[in-house]
Amino acid sequence: MSTRGKLGQTPSQTVGPYFAYGLTPSQYGYDFASIVTPCMAGPEVEGTHIHIAGCVFDGAEKPVNDAMIELWQADATGRYPGTDGVNSRFTGFGRCGTNADGGFFFDTIKPGIARPDDAPFINVTVMMRGLLLHAFTRIYFSDEVKANTHDPILALVPAGRRSTLIADHHAAGKYRFDIHMQGPQETVFFDL
Amino acid sequence: MLDLNPRDWSSQPAYIDSGYRSTALRGPTRPLIPLKPALAALDGPVFGHELIGALDSDLTRNGQRNGAPLGERIIITGRLLDEDERPVPGALIEIWQANAAGRYIHKVDQHPAPLDPNFFGGGRCLTDSEGRYRFLTIKPGAYPWGNHPNAWRPNHIHFSVFGRQFATRLVTQMYFPGDPLLTFDPIYNSSPENVRARMVSHFSLDVTEEGFALGFVFDIVLRGTHSSVWEKA
Repeated sequence: MSTRGKLGQTPSQTVGPYFAYGLTPSQYGYDFASIVTPCMAGPEVEGTHIHIAGCVFDGAEKPVNDAMIELWQADATGRYPGTDGVNSRFTGFGRCGTNADGGFFFDTIKPGIARPDDAPFINVTVMMRGLLLHAFTRIYFSDEVKANTHDPILALVPAGRRSTLIADHHAAGKYRFDIHMQGPQETVFFDL
Repeated sequence: MLDLNPRDWSSQPAYIDSGYRSTALRGPTRPLIPLKPALAALDGPVFGHELIGALDSDLTRNGQRNGAPLGERIIITGRLLDEDERPVPGALIEIWQANAAGRYIHKVDQHPAPLDPNFFGGGRCLTDSEGRYRFLTIKPGAYPWGNHPNAWRPNHIHFSVFGRQFATRLVTQMYFPGDPLLTFDPIYNSSPENVRARMVSHFSLDVTEEGFALGFVFDIVLRGTHSSVWEKA
């Protein structure tokens, strides 16, 4: 079994400091329509509507004001958009650039699970100036204590680092999820 | 069942690169946690044609206010392929770039080169059934940056690409053949020496339109797939 094809993979490069007007233009007031926004689920989408907010920090614990976060998630029944039966108005995909304080947010729904052993989670891609290759992580939820204990992917993560993947449910419908690129609280990133 | 080929780490830059200063505090320092292909397999988002505006792939027209933008008109085209040369159709490609003078419309860019009132610098399209894409734009200028004394970015266009799967996501930069600045650019040189040329477009007289625009070809290669090994439970 070979996992190498005839052509070589194109190398990754940093998204750089100037992606905003191309990838998240509406958010920053540029005259070009965004095709992906942080508002992933309107009121017509079934499920528990949630607001996730957080900050991106560099290795000096300074906020990163030029990062871009993308989310990709299942609907409330655990199925991804594009699958039969999923509300076509739920995009499942969101994108947000960070503000001057390193902050980002998403308005979405809490994902369901596809397999009984999984805990609900959201796929996350992190990009920024100074990051030559995007980083993959996941958002799990602090109010899913039992499900989190048997999730097969959380189980791969050393126990002391799992908390970096768990969004804090601090108020009704509201979660906090910070991303630390380095340092004692460095977020767990996956190779997939 | 098809599994996604792994990221070819010999084709990718390291997270911390001593030549590119901003990586020092931003690249992850702990080893990534590997996920088995079966756990990582996940189709990515699908984008419909209704999202793409009529002028989105024509950067010479989508920012016009009172005339045509300044600079050399160029055509950038190519195919989005996987490692086995299979085309990736219906994939979203987004680009952004500086104008002919080397100035981005981005509010943070303070390089004292002129903005062009008729050039925005952002575009997007979906690949066709053969994985092809095509943009008409203006050749971007080089510009200085603060990484080290007398640092200049080579002419380049940023590309954001989605493949079929979530994990085939790619953000890269396309360069131009024969650019003397490539030798000195830490971002270009962050990629291993034997793979850097994959990011350099080539000039094509066939793509060039007589009397109108120079043509450049840039093929993009994403991770491919292979049959998964059958394992006993």
